[in-house]
Amino acid sequence: MLKKLTIILISIFLLSFNANAGSDGDLKSNKVNETKEIKDCFEKLNRATFAFNQGLDKALIKPLAEGYRNLPDPIQRGTSNAVKNLSTLITIPNNVLQGDVKTALINTGRLVVNTTVGLLGTIDVANKMGFPKYVKEDYGQTLGAWGIGPGCYIVLPVLGPSTLRDTAGSFANVMGGDPWYNASVHGNNEFLSEGLYITSKALSGIDFRADNIESFENLEKNSIDFYASVRSLYAQDRENKIKNNQRGNIEVLYKDEEDWEEIDNK
Amino acid sequence: MKKIIIILFLYFLNLNSAYSIAPDVFVQSTVNRASQILSKNISKEEKINELKSIASETVDIRGVGFYSLGSARKVLDNNQKKEYFELFENYFLKSFSSRLAEYTNPKIEVYGKKILNENYTIVNSVLVSTSERPEVRIDWRIYTKNPNNPLIRDLIIEGLSLARTQKEEFASIINSNNGNINALFKVLEDFSNR
Repeated sequence: MLKKLTIILISIFLLSFNANAGSDGDLKSNKVNETKEIKDCFEKLNRATFAFNQGLDKALIKPLAEGYRNLPDPIQRGTSNAVKNLSTLITIPNNVLQGDVKTALINTGRLVVNTTVGLLGTIDVANKMGFPKYVKEDYGQTLGAWGIGPGCYIVLPVLGPSTLRDTAGSFANVMGGDPWYNASVHGNNEFLSEGLYITSKALSGIDFRADNIESFENLEKNSIDFYASVRSLYAQDRENKIKNNQRGNIEVLYKDEEDWEEIDNK
Repeated sequence: MKKIIIILFLYFLNLNSAYSIAPDVFVQSTVNRASQILSKNISKEEKINELKSIASETVDIRGVGFYSLGSARKVLDNNQKKEYFELFENYFLKSFSSRLAEYTNPKIEVYGKKILNENYTIVNSVLVSTSERPEVRIDWRIYTKNPNNPLIRDLIIEGLSLARTQKEEFASIINSNNGNINALFKVLEDFSNR
């Protein structure tokens, strides 16, 4: 009970902080589609956490990801499909919250097909059947789609880059917003447990890390401020996801058009 | 005499059109050239040097450099601008070529383009998937003000702009050094020398 109350209080605090930090008047004008810049209010702390995460990555997460990569292809693909299938449970309510009922129905169909015919999601049968490409949604994206700015940038221990809005969004998962969490942690079910939930989340992280071993290495090696590069890429990625821009945010890319004009005219 | 004029006119007309390059053809030819280098059986250093020469010809390094500097470019005097451009050019060519040199024989397929206006065209391409990595979408922002000499101004990889990332990286270095532009110069120089 106390644990839940603490989570709720932290979430409310984060949400209110976030709304204030990210607004700068934008919320008043309700410019939902405008880009909201991420402020790095806790940069010193963030850089320290980032360094800690890099150490943890080198010592543990990257070696695990490399080991995972050496597993036979069907095991990797099956794991990747299964964790993706579990994420559909968060995507569906967010589709609804964003007013996209059609996609929610499609994703429900995908979940049913993949969980049953696809052997607990290990085989992406829906994809083979020609379902539209799956796009993940989360509560942070929904808050963004509702016009709430990202607020301050924050680097979370172990979990990595986030914003106050996205962190608050993540709390929604453990406050009843993730049916997989509810069933495994509070489900009173002999087959599911908190350990299984944590394992699924860890596998999801390792699967992501394994997919990006070379690109992270490349980025780190060729960055003059790796922390700032990651922050920028995270911000761009979230903007794209919130606006459902598969090919990048043209508005964002060209918001600095005056800069180019000035350069061209010199 | 009239005949000579007509021949000369046609020659120049032909010359002009021969050098005008469609942005998608320009991108495909650039990636083909890069691919050839990357698949060569030469050392990584040699590959990087050859890639640098392609980047010098095809990227608007001056434009990207001053764009990356953000508002800081407005306070530079002419000597600082000259110094910055030299440092940036070395940094950019090394960074860009080293990133590319990590790939062995990459296959990039250009499949579309969108003309934004007379100055810009977005060219769409994909880095074809292999057993080790998924397909990667790469869009190229091509500056077409001079159609005879299109130039790359940005690469947008899976929706993430490299020019924007670089600009924010530079701003972060300047800000964490209390606006001291020399700190950025030093970092660029160190990167090029390492």
